[in-house]
Amino acid sequence: MELFLQMFPAALVMATPIIIAALGGLFSERSGVINIALEGIMLVGAFATAVTVIFLGESMGRAAIWVGLLVGAIVGCAYSAIHAFVSIRLRADQTISGTALNMLSTGLTVFLCQLIFQGQRSPNIPVSMPKISIPILKDIPLLGRMFFNDTYPTFFIAVLLVVGAYFLLYKTRFGLRLRSCGEFPQASASMGINVAKMRYIGVLSSGALGGLAGGIMLLTTNIQFSVSVIHGVGFIALGCLVFGKWNPWGCLFTGVFFGFSEIISSYSGNIPGLSGMPTEFFYSIPYVLTILALVLFAKRSIGPKAAGQIYDAGER
Amino acid sequence: MNKKTSALKVSLVSVGLGLLLGLLILIVSGYSPMVLFNAILRGLTGMTTMRPVFNLRNTGEFIVFSLPLILTGLSVAFAYKTGMFNIGAEGQFMVGACASVVVAILVPLPGILHVVAAVLAGALAGALWGFIPGLLKSNFKINEVVVCIMLNYFGMYLSNFILKSLPGSSISKTVVIPTSASLSSDVLSSITNNSRLHWGILIVALCVFGYWFILNKTSFGFSLRATGHNEHAADYAGMKTKRNIILSMMIAGALAGLAGAIMSLGVFNMGRVLSGFENYGFDGIAVAFVGAFNAIGIVLAGLLFGLLKVMAPLMQATGVPKEINEIISAFIVLFVAMQYGIRLLLNKLALRKHNKGKPNTLETSKEGK
Repeated sequence: MELFLQMFPAALVMATPIIIAALGGLFSERSGVINIALEGIMLVGAFATAVTVIFLGESMGRAAIWVGLLVGAIVGCAYSAIHAFVSIRLRADQTISGTALNMLSTGLTVFLCQLIFQGQRSPNIPVSMPKISIPILKDIPLLGRMFFNDTYPTFFIAVLLVVGAYFLLYKTRFGLRLRSCGEFPQASASMGINVAKMRYIGVLSSGALGGLAGGIMLLTTNIQFSVSVIHGVGFIALGCLVFGKWNPWGCLFTGVFFGFSEIISSYSGNIPGLSGMPTEFFYSIPYVLTILALVLFAKRSIGPKAAGQIYDAGER
Repeated sequence: MNKKTSALKVSLVSVGLGLLLGLLILIVSGYSPMVLFNAILRGLTGMTTMRPVFNLRNTGEFIVFSLPLILTGLSVAFAYKTGMFNIGAEGQFMVGACASVVVAILVPLPGILHVVAAVLAGALAGALWGFIPGLLKSNFKINEVVVCIMLNYFGMYLSNFILKSLPGSSISKTVVIPTSASLSSDVLSSITNNSRLHWGILIVALCVFGYWFILNKTSFGFSLRATGHNEHAADYAGMKTKRNIILSMMIAGALAGLAGAIMSLGVFNMGRVLSGFENYGFDGIAVAFVGAFNAIGIVLAGLLFGLLKVMAPLMQATGVPKEINEIISAFIVLFVAMQYGIRLLLNKLALRKHNKGKPNTLETSKEGK
């Protein structure tokens, strides 16, 4: 139990970027555009955050972190605009366009890193994300130590975003319209909805959330920027979206679960029954589980129907 | 504009625009564009504008790095012809490399049997990695893209685990494989001035021919292409579409697995524990699309991307970040993805040219309105 209480906050730290990026994927896929570029968007967001915090850190102190995250989100949004334009306006295959963005992200960030910092990695980030304890709540037995004691505030941002996404997508007219474009865009268009506009909104918000997730991942799990800061979390987020059945709450719970699988390898030596397991086993869990989830959900079609299809207004 | 020339034009425009953007980025970052030209020249022939000495070693190395890209390009293209998007070539590449090294180190076989078994093991492992998305697609209608992405990472972690567990392995690599399992060739190496050119070139030639032959000259290939064009129609015509999808993904996987096998058996002569992807599989997507899914086109596109790969260290040596090559590759993929836009643009230009020749018709048509 003690071990679990130690692991839980660490798992939340890993879960945060997974959840936020998965929400990004949710917006994009619900509007009908598959976004496998999340990994690349996160990397670009992480780089933008790193540059901002390193340059503003000395003069602004802690505030630089929040400015950095904002810049990460904006740059992620701008980067995803390429995907949006190419796959919506130019009717490109969304998978190829996403792959191109993933490939471009590693080249571009490391190239810029060498121009700006003269090295493959950035210098260390000068200010660190503050850890907070919430008074009163932290004294609740168990839950207090799991969620509210000496933890990064970013997890709460993720929870807020989940609640916000749920409200926006399922409780507003806008959300209904956005989701309809991912199910049957021709029908949406016949009701006067601008499908292209909705899809732009979907992809751009996924970019902003992906960039934010990348920035958070950089600041909470790394001391500097390098090309391996994201190491597959963008793809885990895609899996999280599948496993969470394309639903904000599902993303939240799956994200925490996948967060565990990411950190458990560093604790497994102390867990009876797991101590001999290779680290690769734990790292594989999210990917294997996602495939299994796809098989389990296959009979009931849960995901957005039109995701990945090029919108053709004339198609019946 | 007929379809074939149009595909060729789109590829050429994509490559041209990609290189142009790369040049632009170099100039904006304050480097001389000559660096890029020199790297291309040196990668191809060993010459530079300063030192015009022809060196076949560079040419050999350039071919060495093109070979796996041709295979992954064939892999992506083969699946695409059957209507599948094989984004899993990366994972198939890694399990193929791993399996070939396992056989090379653990299974003692005499003479040429050893290398044949090791190469086949690589192809089989890749085929298994292609079988999974193929089966899930044909029997459960599950999107192969997500499955492939997940299998890429699973393949990497599994391969790393297996390679690290082999006898004598360090944390980053296995022991050197026995020479009987190696594809390295003294003959090929000596005629290219000690490059690492290896017998894998024969495997690649065979695969290129096989790709063309199966798809264009056999009824199996015809039914694969029919499945890709319209699965329902092919089904109605009595073709076994489910079987086709699975087989096509397995063949695609085997091709990517072979790419992994020839790299570990021919170039490195050991198994390597990777901390991340090396992009052979993802570049394969670019190769397939730039090559317009045509056997010869894929060979040429593979050579182009191989050139970009060998240019990287040459650029770094002159102080230019080697990532410029990755940027150029990515831009080319992006432009290839924008085919529709490029076609629109080409058609518009063609129309304008056409109209320029006959100014009168344009005017009369305007007046007519």
